[in-house]
Amino acid sequence: MPEPIKFIIDGKECTAEPGQTIYEAAKANGVYIPVLCHFEGLKPVGSCRICSVRVNGRWMAACTQPVAPGMVVENHTTEVEEYRRALIEMLFVEGNHFCPACEKSGNCELQALAYRYQIMVPGFPYLFPKKDIEAFPKFLLEHNRCVQCRRCIRAIQTPDGKKIFDMKNRSGRVRINVDRKLAAKLSEEEAQKAMDICPVGAILKKEVGFRIPIGKRKYDKKPIGSEIEESK
Amino acid sequence: MSYRDILRKYKKDRTRLIDILKEIQRAEGFIPGKAVPAVVENLGLSTAEVEGVISFYHFLSDRPLGKYVVYLNNSITAEMFGREGVLRAFEQETGCLWGQTSPDGLVTLLDTSCIGMNDQEPAAIINGTVFTCLTPEKVNKIVGWMKEGRPVENMVEEYGDGANAHELIRAMVSNNIRRRGPVIFGDYAPGKGLTRALEMTPECLIDEVKKANLLGRGGAGFPTGLKWEFCRKEKGEEHFVVCNADEGEPGTFKDRVILTERPEMVFEGMAIAGYAVGARRGILYLRHEYTYLRRYLEYILEKMREQGWLGENIAGRSFSFDIEIKMGAGAYVCGEESALLESAEGKRGEPRDRPPFPVQKGYLNQPTTVNNVETLATATQIVVHGAGWFRSMGTPVSAGTKLLSVSGDCERPGVYEVEYGLTVKELLEMAGARDTLAVQVGGPSGNCISENGFGRKICFSDLPTGGSIIIFNRSRDLLSIVSNFLDFFIEESCGWCVPCRAGNVLLKKKFEKIASGRGTLQDLREIEAWGKIIKSTSRCGLGQTSPNPILTTLANFREIYEGLINKEADFIPDFELEKALAEACALTGRKYQEEHHHA
Amino acid sequence: MNKPVIATASLAGCFGCHMSFLDIDERILDLIELVEFDKSPIDDIKKFSRPVDIGLIEGGCCNSENVEVLRYFRKNCKILVSVGECAVMGGLPAMRNTIPLRECLEEAYLNSPTVAPEDRLIPADEDIPILLDRVYPCHEIVKIDYFLPGCPPSADLIWEALTALIQGKPLRLEYDLVKYD
Repeated sequence: MPEPIKFIIDGKECTAEPGQTIYEAAKANGVYIPVLCHFEGLKPVGSCRICSVRVNGRWMAACTQPVAPGMVVENHTTEVEEYRRALIEMLFVEGNHFCPACEKSGNCELQALAYRYQIMVPGFPYLFPKKDIEAFPKFLLEHNRCVQCRRCIRAIQTPDGKKIFDMKNRSGRVRINVDRKLAAKLSEEEAQKAMDICPVGAILKKEVGFRIPIGKRKYDKKPIGSEIEESK
Repeated sequence: MSYRDILRKYKKDRTRLIDILKEIQRAEGFIPGKAVPAVVENLGLSTAEVEGVISFYHFLSDRPLGKYVVYLNNSITAEMFGREGVLRAFEQETGCLWGQTSPDGLVTLLDTSCIGMNDQEPAAIINGTVFTCLTPEKVNKIVGWMKEGRPVENMVEEYGDGANAHELIRAMVSNNIRRRGPVIFGDYAPGKGLTRALEMTPECLIDEVKKANLLGRGGAGFPTGLKWEFCRKEKGEEHFVVCNADEGEPGTFKDRVILTERPEMVFEGMAIAGYAVGARRGILYLRHEYTYLRRYLEYILEKMREQGWLGENIAGRSFSFDIEIKMGAGAYVCGEESALLESAEGKRGEPRDRPPFPVQKGYLNQPTTVNNVETLATATQIVVHGAGWFRSMGTPVSAGTKLLSVSGDCERPGVYEVEYGLTVKELLEMAGARDTLAVQVGGPSGNCISENGFGRKICFSDLPTGGSIIIFNRSRDLLSIVSNFLDFFIEESCGWCVPCRAGNVLLKKKFEKIASGRGTLQDLREIEAWGKIIKSTSRCGLGQTSPNPILTTLANFREIYEGLINKEADFIPDFELEKALAEACALTGRKYQEEHHHA
Repeated sequence: MNKPVIATASLAGCFGCHMSFLDIDERILDLIELVEFDKSPIDDIKKFSRPVDIGLIEGGCCNSENVEVLRYFRKNCKILVSVGECAVMGGLPAMRNTIPLRECLEEAYLNSPTVAPEDRLIPADEDIPILLDRVYPCHEIVKIDYFLPGCPPSADLIWEALTALIQGKPLRLEYDLVKYD
């Protein structure tokens, strides 16, 4: 068996298996590093940057960066947390996030992160961009809420590896684009998976909104990440 | 050519997607929606993937364009030398609004980011042909010819200097070589470097380049020998050499001049690199804006094959190496090496996460060395003349010479080959710059320095630059310069990561608030803090340098910002009631009067 | 010692935040012991009669009157609090922000199938406030000192926040108190 790698997060001595990312290793050591675009089992893409950490003085994304021996990781420090909070706030003003009217409210990971960081108001001006809502046979695509995390692109593909979802445009105009023909062939289970994997309310399965009562939703009582922190 | 012929030509090679789309656009004038299914089916992709690629690149269009498509450069130098008048002239003469296609389908008028002609602005690309030093009068003439239906090639009346006049280029572009140094513009006989390289073992060759202390000329300054060594040591099915000819940093154009005047030196450098890392294939990734050089470069490659410097068993040895040209399609971010590799594979030019680095998993996931045009040309000369010769020039850390692309307010804009260690002041004198307010070293992603910094040296340990030097005299408004640069980064962000995609838009908003005189000390603190967040947390070099126009002018011209803000006020809104009511007033014919019972 | 004075206003909102405020139930008796109310729809006082310690603003700004009232509050209140999603980020009224004002008005007053042909008119009466080009969160117009999100913020959140502010204590809110819906 290969030697475990020793590294430090906020003064705590941690060990990692070779090949583990900082995020994965932190999690295994009971340390929560917030993530939004990352999803267990999908190749990380480092798009939201909310998992940014400072490693020996350099900024890195914990979801894509493998652990190296002797790394000294700053995770829960004032500066790192302040930067993450800013990134979460940027996402709120970049899209149109009307939480009271959103089916995903209470189960939304973006919202849960904002709750965890006790964001009462973003420090940036709202941009109120014009975005569309698209309808497909089995789901709706609410571009107002999309955070461009690329989870759907990575998770929902045809058996021969064609992308049903992909990115269109560039710069602030980027948006998720759907192959209509392939999307029409999605099974109920795949549509459900697409909705479940979406961290926000951008992919919505038709006819199933607002099922869980307020108070019983995923993030009503406990902050996102607490399950990791309670594991050790 | 029909879609089917185009597709047949490229077989089912997914890496040629951009070439396929470009050919369709050439045949049809744009990429019609009806062409997409054929491409999708042929390459085994989804429509989302193909549309993703089309929409990523500035020069690919899924909507119909005019018979003549004008891409007018919007770099700061173009603005300084009359872009506005040229733009208006195009609008007036064609009757077409900017950003649109004329109703008769004759012309489309569009902006484009720096096209590498900063020393001869305003410049535009019209149907692939470059037009430099535009004036409203020239525009009148050009539009007149358009109305006659004249092909753009026949609109070029005078050719530029050097190889620009070659029958395979025939461009009005000027090289403007102002200073010839001993490396790039020194004595050069094709094949000499390669012959010498092949006499050495690859290890010795790498050692020689390491001894020369050749650092990457694209701007990042990574040691070239080390990169080759890493690449060589990686295991793979095949190794690749990629030459990065995607110089997109506004204000840089030296690679264009190297490719025009010294293409053999570059290709020879690629072959030398190929021998060093163990590659048989090289790719020249050429930016779309330099398409006019392509036929000439293909001809040079063919000539080198005939002379035995490329192809099988080069110089009678067992080493074989050949080069193909791959075209970009308009995206600044593709100058970033991993984004370039994605683009060379026919995908959206989005940077990759590192590790793995390109030397480990690069083109087609194989070990790849990506080197700048100037770096490879320099490597050729190092092999010919030796590491000692090279290190005798420049400074101990920054050996050799550097090509600088000088533009802006000076008498002699153009290309200068200078030794590292030259001060900004010396360069300004060489270029004939007077009354200089600021010098932008390294383009928008670099550093905007004030007179206090003119004693600083151009080298890796002080003022590093990929070559872009833009000079501003005291008649220029620094804020409009910063504004231009910020717009550039907003447009060229690939949109992958949050800080670069959203942060830069917010940064610009805050900048505008301050520039309009409604800023407070708090706004000044915030713009600096936001800049640092974007710089620290962005995924690639583009985002990490995108706030530099703000951060470096704040550092070097702080008094300009401080003069703009209201130091007493603790809060000034961006909101202005009259402006916010203007639309409703216009719609209802009402005038606003404050209700006095609230006052 | 004088009791702290409170004032409230409802701008472009639905009055739900005020209703939630009243949902503090019997604690309202404690509150009356602690504070006095000035201008507020709750007591129907129309004008400020004295300097106010804490102003609570429900709703964002969608028209000229909202802006005037908000500025009036800022002038008269030491501490100004945005209460609820509409005040904090524009809320549901701000869903119009992605649509040009002309389109909104034409859809509502000219082209909607429920508009009778003879009624096709964009209201322009001098007595109604003029619409802003979009709906603005309060802090984009005046300085706001505290923010209580929620649609509406729960009675417990309003209570906790208000009692802390009255007593000059820092706002330390439990996790489950702060919600955006």
